[in-house]
Amino acid sequence: MSMNEEQVRNEVREWLKENWSPNLDLVEWRLKLADSGWGMANWPAEWYGRDLPVSLVPAIEEEFNKIGALTIPKSGIRMLAAATILNHGSDMHKEKFLKRIITGEDVWCQLFSEPGSGSDLAGATTKAVMVGNKWVVNGQKVWTTSAHKAHWGLLLARTDMDDTKHRGLSYFIIDMNQPGVETQPLMQMNGHASFNQVFLTDAEVLPDFQVGELGDGWQVATTTLMHERRAADSLRSWGQASKGDGPIYDQERVETETTMQPYKWYPQRAGRVDLIMDRAKETGAIKDPAIRQEIAKLMTLHKSAEWTARRARAAQEQGKPQGPEGSLGKLAASNVARAAAKVHTLISGADAMLTGEDSPMDGTIAEILVSFPASSIAGGTDEIQKNIISERVLNMPKETRFDADKPFKDIPRNTVS
Amino acid sequence: MKFSFSEEQEEFRSFLRRFLEEKSPTTEVRRLMATDAGWEKEQWRKVNTELGLTAIAIPEEYGGQGFGLSEQCIVLEEMGRSLLCAPYFSSAVLTANAILYGASEEYKKKYLPEIASGDLTASLAFTEETGAWDISSMSMCAKKTENTYRLTGVKSFVLDGHMSDLIIVLAKVNDNSGSQRLALFSVDSTATGLTKNLLNSTDQTRKLAKLMFTDVEATCISSEDDVTEAMQTTFLKSCIGLSNEMVGGAERLREDTLEYVKMRMQFGRSIASFQVTKHKATDMLADVELAKSAAYYAAAAFDDGESDIAATASIAKASASEAYMQTAINAVQMHGGIGFTWDNDTHLWFKRAKSSEVFLGTADFHRELMMQSWDQ
Repeated sequence: MSMNEEQVRNEVREWLKENWSPNLDLVEWRLKLADSGWGMANWPAEWYGRDLPVSLVPAIEEEFNKIGALTIPKSGIRMLAAATILNHGSDMHKEKFLKRIITGEDVWCQLFSEPGSGSDLAGATTKAVMVGNKWVVNGQKVWTTSAHKAHWGLLLARTDMDDTKHRGLSYFIIDMNQPGVETQPLMQMNGHASFNQVFLTDAEVLPDFQVGELGDGWQVATTTLMHERRAADSLRSWGQASKGDGPIYDQERVETETTMQPYKWYPQRAGRVDLIMDRAKETGAIKDPAIRQEIAKLMTLHKSAEWTARRARAAQEQGKPQGPEGSLGKLAASNVARAAAKVHTLISGADAMLTGEDSPMDGTIAEILVSFPASSIAGGTDEIQKNIISERVLNMPKETRFDADKPFKDIPRNTVS
Repeated sequence: MKFSFSEEQEEFRSFLRRFLEEKSPTTEVRRLMATDAGWEKEQWRKVNTELGLTAIAIPEEYGGQGFGLSEQCIVLEEMGRSLLCAPYFSSAVLTANAILYGASEEYKKKYLPEIASGDLTASLAFTEETGAWDISSMSMCAKKTENTYRLTGVKSFVLDGHMSDLIIVLAKVNDNSGSQRLALFSVDSTATGLTKNLLNSTDQTRKLAKLMFTDVEATCISSEDDVTEAMQTTFLKSCIGLSNEMVGGAERLREDTLEYVKMRMQFGRSIASFQVTKHKATDMLADVELAKSAAYYAAAAFDDGESDIAATASIAKASASEAYMQTAINAVQMHGGIGFTWDNDTHLWFKRAKSSEVFLGTADFHRELMMQSWDQ
């Protein structure tokens, strides 16, 4: 079936006229969205969607926004879960989980990273063993956002120690509310605890909560990770709750605030270049010739990184093949964050030693100075980024692998872990 | 468009690249740079006539093609890539812009069509022996006689100044009221009292001259009483042009170096397989791509008449200065011993990186300019 944009706009307008009301309860409204398919119009018609191409989604969202109707928050781990389930899940999974993902009633978390496998995600050692008619899971996961509130977890676990690293993994959906799952907040060097550690001790998973075939875990996880990258790209826009008066808007505001809470420090992580000039003027540091040089160096880096990102976007919009400029964004952002933290330090002088209410801007500056290192680690370290760029963009030789063709149990692991 | 080139622009670039690869291989660069002139009339005429490069950014009413700075910057980027030895930056960028923005209609009509056709080569003499690029720091003062002006003093670091047919000089004039203003003068290169010394420049592909004036007859060509603003526009436009020339050279160095490390085998493996080499190659890519973004953006921002253009031009120049030199340092390092030899071509671009880093102001000079325009 094919529909043009105008038809779709007319149809969605009609439907909204009939159905939208700010007096509805948030879940009640989202149930309507699920049943009509207008919430996730690019999903299959049989699973709460309308089979529309993803390219029409912005037009639909625009119609919603015009009258202030709320949409589905299209990010967060629950959306990664939905994408994975739609791609690899069974009908039972789709029936059981998708609707409550759309309504926002279920919170999800992602149990991939481990203390012993960060960049090398496929090196996971958390084990799932079939005991009787259940999978029994033991191990430790880390960097798990929202684990303490989650109903369900996306679990990557090793089901075969004798097979190769990637083939020995399987993918499960695990019930987070059970005695074998213990969640602890993981405090970061900046004092925030945005993530958790999850200890799995004889935690249980029913066999039909396995996603994909046995041994296909890495392949399924790749789907989740691909959507995680996209979600990270849209993180900035979904942090904003809709503006409007009425109980449904209040409910959405509370939801957004809760979801965004772990990310409160993310602007500081990026270095807050936007504060530099004002801070330099306020403190008088702008008169210092050495600091002026550092500010200008930072601005040069910041602006040229921004223009590089715009070049990449322009190429994408025009359907041109991605040039090298498209792969540099994350690396450039790390460099900007590092440089910005340095300049904030120069501007603040002795005050840069203080934190909290004793420090400039009620702690914001102090938070920058202890948050920026996350930029060059989270979502792929600078070093991994450089490997990827040199291999995929510059066509340089791939890293020698020592873990490809042998049983996982024979691959050396951390001597102390 | 600030963030992408049109199909026509891309086609022009690839045509130009092939053309210059053929006309300006490094054997040719080496032959010409070893001469005092630095370029050859016949060879340059052939290149220029076929493509009309000197005409590209000169308005149609003065015999040019009327394209913008963006198009000229494609030419400059490709020239920087191929190290073409030609009096292009001196005539078609520095001097053409000084005349376009600072000269009266009469002199625009007199000089620009000839510069556009390539028949006239011209140099802009503004820097003096202090090497300061700031146009307000000029000390040469013109003396008014009955019908003309007389110039006495020294201009230095004049690009192609030993060879050009025409010299356009920036000098001060004393007003009747006692205050000073800046004016543009034209001087014939064969004028009595003018001594031209070719300076020994490290970068043999960029010839610099010291011009000594002793009571030299000069014609005032300014359109206005004071050409400060016109010269500022000329300066920032030239900085943007140079930045584009520089990123062209930087990219060529980066590509050549990448090719070399992929070919070079040591310890039984390609040196491109060492992670330290891969990471350095990625850093070089980031340096060059970011500098390219700034150079491209600045050219388009100038054509679009953006207000923050002075700071933007300085961002482009500072970024290109750092990126080109760093790329050149990495290029020599990654070539190892062979990269330090005269026979290997790497040093040709290394030296161009060095002269470009300094010409029209080092990165720190431009960083200070940025701050002045943001902190007023």
